[in-house]
Amino acid sequence: MKYTYYPGCSLRGTGRAYEESLLAVFRALDIELQELEDWNCCGATTYLSVDELTSYALAARNLALAEREHRDVIAPCAACYLVLNKTQRYMHDYPDIKLVVTRALAAIGLTCEDNVRVRHPLDILLHEVGLKAIAEKVKTPLKGLKVAPYYGCQIVRPYATFDDQHNPTSMDRLLEACGAKIVYYPLKTRCCGGSQKGTLPEIGLDLIHYLLSEAQKNGAEVIATVCPLCQFNLECFQKEAGNHPPISMPVLYFTQLMALALGASANTIGLQRSLVPIAPVLAKKEIAYA
Amino acid sequence: MELKRTVKFEADRDPEFARWISHTVGGERIRQCLQCGLCSGTCPLSLYMDYTPRRLMHLSREGFKEEVLSSSSIWLCTACYACMVECPKKINVTHLMYALKQRAIEEGFYPKRFPIPVMAQQFSRMVRRSGRITESWLIVRVFLRTAILRLLGMSKLGLRLFLAGRMNVRKERIERRQEMVALLDSVAATRKELAL
Repeated sequence: MKYTYYPGCSLRGTGRAYEESLLAVFRALDIELQELEDWNCCGATTYLSVDELTSYALAARNLALAEREHRDVIAPCAACYLVLNKTQRYMHDYPDIKLVVTRALAAIGLTCEDNVRVRHPLDILLHEVGLKAIAEKVKTPLKGLKVAPYYGCQIVRPYATFDDQHNPTSMDRLLEACGAKIVYYPLKTRCCGGSQKGTLPEIGLDLIHYLLSEAQKNGAEVIATVCPLCQFNLECFQKEAGNHPPISMPVLYFTQLMALALGASANTIGLQRSLVPIAPVLAKKEIAYA
Repeated sequence: MELKRTVKFEADRDPEFARWISHTVGGERIRQCLQCGLCSGTCPLSLYMDYTPRRLMHLSREGFKEEVLSSSSIWLCTACYACMVECPKKINVTHLMYALKQRAIEEGFYPKRFPIPVMAQQFSRMVRRSGRITESWLIVRVFLRTAILRLLGMSKLGLRLFLAGRMNVRKERIERRQEMVALLDSVAATRKELAL
């Protein structure tokens, strides 16, 4: 199996651990990822919300570049995943948008035939690799580590067809296959506020507050995320989130937990980049890792 | 005591605005809105809004432009798409929030030094120049223009992230940056030509 890999900007910045651990997981499962040549910013929510036409053109350059490879694209970041899928959908549904985008691509010598599938790693891991194959490769079982699976918004909503939009379970099942115990977490698709912590901080913090307290109340030892912005919000503002006493809970990418179980060593999957370290929890569980 | 009429009259409406919303991308089915309130019920931000999404849909399609564009709701929306998934009439509420946000920026309906339009502007400048976003520089630029004091308050977090290798000093760039400029210029030209 081989896929085109679209990292997106966050995985080269605050979400670096996501990229490191994602690559480790796919390496352990013998799946080749080839980075999309000269990929550009997808436009993300910021661009999409104030200048859509431009954002479709930005996303389409990546789609056009990917088409030349004739492989499915993996987009791990929630915003990238949504924007790339939405661009395909809107180019199909709205002739004006298609015209604008087609002309813009022609200006740089590209064409977009709409024949590339943009998929999330959750989808690939669950449906192409499968739970059985993953469980067989587990070297360091997570020994019932209690995980709150947090999906956030833009993976399952509005376009994903690989999982249920109200109660997604793909991450739950993947982590269970690695030996984790999934705790009840009904806020799993509730929004973390996105960039609101930056623009309207009181409200952003309020959303973060409830996501953290719900995870703690239900006994989670770690929160697993699939999006760089969710991870950032939940991890970096635990002191400001107004929980009494303040919650201190590790927030990892689901790929970090999977890579750990598949035998990767801690500093190759970005565990040292966490602001709330997971090491004490792993020690308590007697999970010995490299 | 300031007394004001609280009920809107038909004469207060702007029919052009009502026409615009039902012809904009995502607004095709807005006239079918049942006012059932599932959008407001599922919206994680509706409890902070002056007009909830349900009310905003109704005010928009009736043409109450001032109320809609000066509403806090359009800035509170985080685009989580919960409303869109729940809507029994498949109205693309999230996308309409985008459309309203764009219109509000175009017509200057937002408080001075409000960070969201500034962030959008800085974001697009960075994409045009580099093709990619370097988060650390984006954050610095936005806060320099909106809330310098908060930037100082965030320096501790910034330092910790920097030490963890999560804040880039070096700017991320694509190779063929001239393609970005050509792509963006073409979008602007077509938009002008077709008056989109």
